Amino acid sequence: MAERRLLHQDDDNGSLLSKLGTDSPKPRVKFGGMFCNIEGAYENKTLNFESYSPGSSRRNHKGRVDDQKDNFSDTSSLSNFSSASQTQPNPSSASPGQTIVYPTGHNRAQNGKREGDKLIIKGGKIVNDDQSFYADIYIEDGIIKQIGENLIVPEGVKTVDAYGHIVIPGGIDVNTCLQASHLGMSPADDFYHGTRAALAGGTTMIIDHVVPEPGSSLMSAYDQWRDTADKRSCCDYSLHIDITRWHDGLFEELETLVKDKGVNSFLIFMAYKDQYQSSDTQIYEMFGAMRDLGAIAQVHAENGDIIEEEQKNVLDLGITGPEGHVLSHSEEIETEAVYRAITIAKQANCPLYITKVMSKSAADVIAKARKKGMVIYGEPIAASLGTDGSHYWSKDWAKAAAFVMSPPLNPDPSTPDYLNSLLACGDLQVTASAHCTFTTAQKAVGKDDFTLIPEGTNGIEERMSIIWDKAVATGKMDENDFVAVTSTNAAKIFNVYPRKGRIAVGSDADLVIWNTKETKLISAKSHNLTVEVNIFEGMECRGFPVVVISQGRIVLEDEKLNVIEGSGRFIPRKAFPDYVYKRIKARGRMADARGVPRGNYDGPVHDVISMSKSVLSTPTTRGPMCPGKTPLGPGRNLHQSGFTLSGTQSDDHIPRRTAQRIVAPPGGRSNITSLS
Amino acid sequence: MSGYQGKKNIPRITSDRLLIKGAKIVNDDQSFHADIYMEDGVIKQIGENLIVPGGVKTIEAHGRMVMPGGIDVHTRFQMPDRGMTSADDFYQGTRAALAGGTTMIIDHVIPEPGVSLIAAFNQWREWADHKSCCDYSLHVDITEWHKGMQEEIEALVKDHGVNSFLVYLAYKDIFQLSDAQMYEVFSVIRDLGAIAQVHAENGDIIAEEQKRVLGLGITGPEGHVLSRPEEVEAEAVNRSITVANQTNCPLYITKVMSKNAADVIAQARKKGAVVYGEPITASLGTDGTHYWSKNWAKAAAYVTSPPLSPDPTTPDYLNSLLACGDLQVTGSGHCTFNTSQRAVGKDNFTLIPEGTNGTEERMSIIWDKCVVTGKMDENQFVAVTSTNAAKIFNLYPRKGRIAVGSDADLVLWDPDSSKIISAKSHHVAVEYNIFEGLEVRGAPLVVISQGKIVLEDGNLHTTEGSGRYITRKPFPDYVYKRIKARSRLAELRGVPRGQYDGPVCEVTVTPKVMTPVISGKTSPVKSAPQPVRNLHQSGFSLSGAQIDDNIPRRPTQRIVAPPGGRANITSLG
Repeated sequence: MAERRLLHQDDDNGSLLSKLGTDSPKPRVKFGGMFCNIEGAYENKTLNFESYSPGSSRRNHKGRVDDQKDNFSDTSSLSNFSSASQTQPNPSSASPGQTIVYPTGHNRAQNGKREGDKLIIKGGKIVNDDQSFYADIYIEDGIIKQIGENLIVPEGVKTVDAYGHIVIPGGIDVNTCLQASHLGMSPADDFYHGTRAALAGGTTMIIDHVVPEPGSSLMSAYDQWRDTADKRSCCDYSLHIDITRWHDGLFEELETLVKDKGVNSFLIFMAYKDQYQSSDTQIYEMFGAMRDLGAIAQVHAENGDIIEEEQKNVLDLGITGPEGHVLSHSEEIETEAVYRAITIAKQANCPLYITKVMSKSAADVIAKARKKGMVIYGEPIAASLGTDGSHYWSKDWAKAAAFVMSPPLNPDPSTPDYLNSLLACGDLQVTASAHCTFTTAQKAVGKDDFTLIPEGTNGIEERMSIIWDKAVATGKMDENDFVAVTSTNAAKIFNVYPRKGRIAVGSDADLVIWNTKETKLISAKSHNLTVEVNIFEGMECRGFPVVVISQGRIVLEDEKLNVIEGSGRFIPRKAFPDYVYKRIKARGRMADARGVPRGNYDGPVHDVISMSKSVLSTPTTRGPMCPGKTPLGPGRNLHQSGFTLSGTQSDDHIPRRTAQRIVAPPGGRSNITSLS
Repeated sequence: MSGYQGKKNIPRITSDRLLIKGAKIVNDDQSFHADIYMEDGVIKQIGENLIVPGGVKTIEAHGRMVMPGGIDVHTRFQMPDRGMTSADDFYQGTRAALAGGTTMIIDHVIPEPGVSLIAAFNQWREWADHKSCCDYSLHVDITEWHKGMQEEIEALVKDHGVNSFLVYLAYKDIFQLSDAQMYEVFSVIRDLGAIAQVHAENGDIIAEEQKRVLGLGITGPEGHVLSRPEEVEAEAVNRSITVANQTNCPLYITKVMSKNAADVIAQARKKGAVVYGEPITASLGTDGTHYWSKNWAKAAAYVTSPPLSPDPTTPDYLNSLLACGDLQVTGSGHCTFNTSQRAVGKDNFTLIPEGTNGTEERMSIIWDKCVVTGKMDENQFVAVTSTNAAKIFNLYPRKGRIAVGSDADLVLWDPDSSKIISAKSHHVAVEYNIFEGLEVRGAPLVVISQGKIVLEDGNLHTTEGSGRYITRKPFPDYVYKRIKARSRLAELRGVPRGQYDGPVCEVTVTPKVMTPVISGKTSPVKSAPQPVRNLHQSGFSLSGAQIDDNIPRRPTQRIVAPPGGRANITSLG
C-alpha cells in the first residue's frame, strides 16, 4: 500500500525523537496534499449541494442502471421473475425527478409470496456454517423448496449457473443506522441506498437501529422506522430499539415491543453523556427487565463521563480536527465500559451483546468473560476489521472526518488483524457494518470542533468482501466459519434461524453466489453509496458476490443491480432465542440465593440516632421496581427460583399475530414456551 | 534530615537513650548484623562496637531480627457512623497497633456530607493528638464534590501535610462520586502531587442487588456478601484505573479483597499504570465463609466492604500476589463495632455497621502466611508491612527504614514464638475477633516507638497522647517520578491543516455542544481557557506557583536542565 510505504520512509528520515510527544502515529502524508479528493470520486456522482437532505437528492444520478427500475417499482405487483430476467438496462430513460409510487401494504404482502418466481441454482458448492456440499437448489416463492442433485423441477425455470463458485446464505448485517438523524441531518444513505448497497455486497438482511428522538416514545419511533423502511427497503430487515431516554412507562413499552412488535433486542448507551447515556442503576434495571422478557441487551460501550472530560481537555489544547476524536476516546474508555457492562449483565443474569468492538483490549475483555462462562457476544464491524485509526491524522480533513465514529477506529495498525483472529477463533461471533454515513458537507458541521462531526462510517457493502479477504483468504478461518460470522451466528442470536442464515429446505431464498478467486477494488468511484469518501478506499479484496438472490429474486447479476424499492419485508423476531436463552434459563433456576435460618438475635442493640444510610430511603430514578424484581413477601418459599418462566408468558394472550409469520419453520419448531 | 514539624511540642524526656546489641537489622533491601544506638527518638548510630555514653539502657537482641516498625496505612479509629462511634478509639486502636508491632498508623478522615474537609481534618487531629499512642498521619476522604473543594484540598496539601485523598465509588447517594466527578478529583489531585485512593465497588449495582436480596427475604449478614459479589469490586477497580490512566494520576486501591480485583491491578501494572493495591489483614488472613455462620453476632463481625470473598483460596492467592510485588502495601482496614452496635442491622444486613479488626494482628498474620510458608523473605516482609507504605506516602526514609537519622520506630521480631489469636487476649475493645483461634507464628518481642520501649516482656507501656502527627509532603518521588515524566510526554497535538473550505451542511437543531454539567460541579482547574491557546504549552505544567515555592530549597524538584537535554516535543520533526 502506497500510504504505508510513505509512512515508513518518513520514519526513516525523521529523527528518533520525532515521534516523541505524541501517542499517535505520524500524520500520514497523502499524495496530492490538502483536501485532495479521491481521484474520480465525484465523477459518477452529482454532488447536489442545494439539497442536503440525502433522501431526496439521490434519485437523479446518471448512468446508474438499476435506478431505473424504480420506475416500475412494484405497484403492479409485476412478476419479479420477469423483471429479474429483464436484465437489459434501459440507459436512455434515466429521467431525473421520476415519481416513485410506493407500494401499499397490501401489495407488499403479496411480494412475500410471489407466484411463479422459480429459480434453480446449479453446480454450486453449498456452504453452511457446519458443512459444505455440492448440490443444486430449487427456489420457489422466495423459499428454498428442494436441495439435491438431479432435482425434478417445472419447465421454464430460470437456471443460475454457479459452477466454480460457492453458494452461501445471504449475509445479515446486524448493525446499521440508515434512518437515525444526527443534529437534524439524516444519514446520506437511507433505507433505499443502504439496502441497495447491502445487496450489492452480498448482504440480504439488515437489522437497523431505531433511535428515538428525545421526547418521542419508543413506539412512535418504531412506527416511524417501520413506515420508512417498508417503503424504501430493498431487502428484508428487522429492527433493534435504542433506549435513549429513561421515562415512565418505558417497561410497558418494552413489553409491548417484545410481545406484539417482533423486537427482541434493545441497545443501551453508556456514552453520549446528558444525551443518551444511562446510569449503572438504569442499566441494571433494564438488563433485569430484558432478561424477564427474553430479549437481548445490547450496549454501546464507552464511558461517557470520561469522554466528556477528555473532550474538554483536548479542545482546551486547541485540537479541533478529527484527530481530537480519537484522542478523546481512548481505547481504555471502551474497555472500561465493556468490563462494566459485563459485570452488570453477570449480576442481572442477562445475555449481553456488545456492539462495535473496535479495539484489542475490548475484544480481550469479551474473550475473557466468555472463558468465565458469561453469555456474551461481541460484534466487530467492517471498519474495525478492515482499517485502522491512523487516518485520523490525515492532512485531508474530509478524509480524516470520514473515519469519525464511536468508539473510534484504533490507531494501532495491528488491530484489524487481531480482531480477525478473535473472530476466527470464536471469541467474537458476529459482524456488522454499523453503516451510518454522512456526506463531507454534513461532516463539515464539525470542521472547527470535532465533537460536532456526525459519527459513522460506511461498510454495509464492503463487509462480506473484507472479512473474506482478511480472514478466509489469509487462512484464519474456513468458508464455513465465514458463513457463521457473517450470517448464521447473527440469525441464531437474534432468533431468525433457520429462516435466515442457513441454506436448507424451507429457509428463505436469500442466497449469494460467491466468487472466491478474483479480486475487486473498493473505491468511492465504484461503490453504491452516496458518500464521496470510502474509508476502505484503494483496498483490494479477494472474494465478492457474483449473484445475489433476495427473497427468491435475483438482485445482482452480471455486475448489475436490480433492486425494488419497498420490497423488503419486516422480519419479526420472537423472544427467548434458544441459542442465547437456554443457558440463561438454566442459570436462572440455579442462581437462587438463600438465607441462613437463624434464631432471632436477642442481645443488646445500640441506639441509632440518624438513619441516614438506610437503603430503603434511597430514591430510585423510577417509581416501580423493574418487573420480576417485585419485592416478595417475607414468607417467601426459598425453594422457588427467583427467575421463573412458568405462569403467564409474554405471548399468552395473543391468539395469532399477523406479523409473526413463522408458522412452520424449517427444521421444526423449537418449543420455547414450555419449560419441559 | 531537616527538622520535622510537630516534634518540638511533644513533651518528652530528652535523655531517652537506647542501645540494641547484637541485632540482625532487616531492611527492605538487605539484612546485616549491627548494633543500633538511639537518642531523642532518632537513630544516631548503626554499626559494631559503637561508642555510646554510659548508663544507656541496653537491649540484647541475641541475633534476632530488628526491623522498622510496621506502618498500618488504613485504619478508621473512632469513626462516626450514624451517631455511633467505632469501638476502638485512637487510644485503644494505637495501643493495639503497638502491641502487634505497628508503630505508625494512617487514619481516614471522613467528613460528614456538608462538613468542610478542613473542619473534619481538625476534628480528627484533635481526637488523635489527645489519644494516639504512636505516630499517625491522616488520609482525607472526599465524600462529596462541589465548587470550593479544590481550594480545601489545596490547603490540606500545602498547609496540613496531607497527600492522599480517598474517593468512594460505593455507598450510593451517600458518599458515591460519579465518574465525571472522579475524573475531576483525580485531575486536581494530580496537579497537587497527591495520591488518589479509591474505595472500589460499584455502588449502583450494590444498591440494586441489596434490594433484590432483601426482596428474597434474606436479611442476615450473608446478604451482605450476596449483594456485593466479587465482580462488583473488580469492575470498580477497573473503572478507577481507567480514569486514573486518563488523568495521569497515581492510584491507590484500598482494601483489595478478592482475586478478581487483585488480578485487575496486577494486569494494569503490567501495562504500566501507576497503581498500588492494598490487601488488608482480613483478606490476607481469613475468608468470607463465616458470613453463613449460624451465630448472628459472629457472622456480623465479618461485615466489611468490599466483603471478604467466600472463596477460601482467596487469602493464599492474595498473599502470593503480595509476595511477587503485584500488591505492594498492607493495611488493616481496622474499624470495629461492638455486637450491640452491629445489632442495629439485625433485621436488615444493609444497616450493619461495616468494618473488621486487624491492626494488632496484621504483622503476625503476614509473617505466618507469607514468610513462614516461604512465599517471601524477611526483607520483602519489611517492604510490604512498612517500607513501601513509607515510600508511597512520602514518609521515607524517616519511617520504613533502619538508618542513621530515621525515627527510632523499631520492632524486635521473634520468628519462633507462636500464639493463638483470641478475643480473650487481644488489645481491642470488641467481643469478637475475626481471626479467633488462628494460630500464628512470629510476634514482636520488643516494640520501640519514638525511641521508647512500649512493649517488653509482654507488657505494654503506652502513653496516651504521645503520638505525633506526621506531615507528608506532596509529589512523593516513588510515585510521581513516572507521572511527571509521562505528563511531559503525553502532550497531545493536533494536525496542522488548512481551513476546510468545502460546503458545510446547515444544522437546524442546536448542536451537541458541551452541555454544562447539571450539578455545576465542573472542576475549577478546567475553567474555560483563552480561545487561542498556545499549542506549545503543556496541559500539565509544573511552572508557575508551586506548592512548595515558599520552601527555600527543594531537593526533589528539578526543572531547569534535565539530564539529556529537553525533549523538543513541540516540533513536528
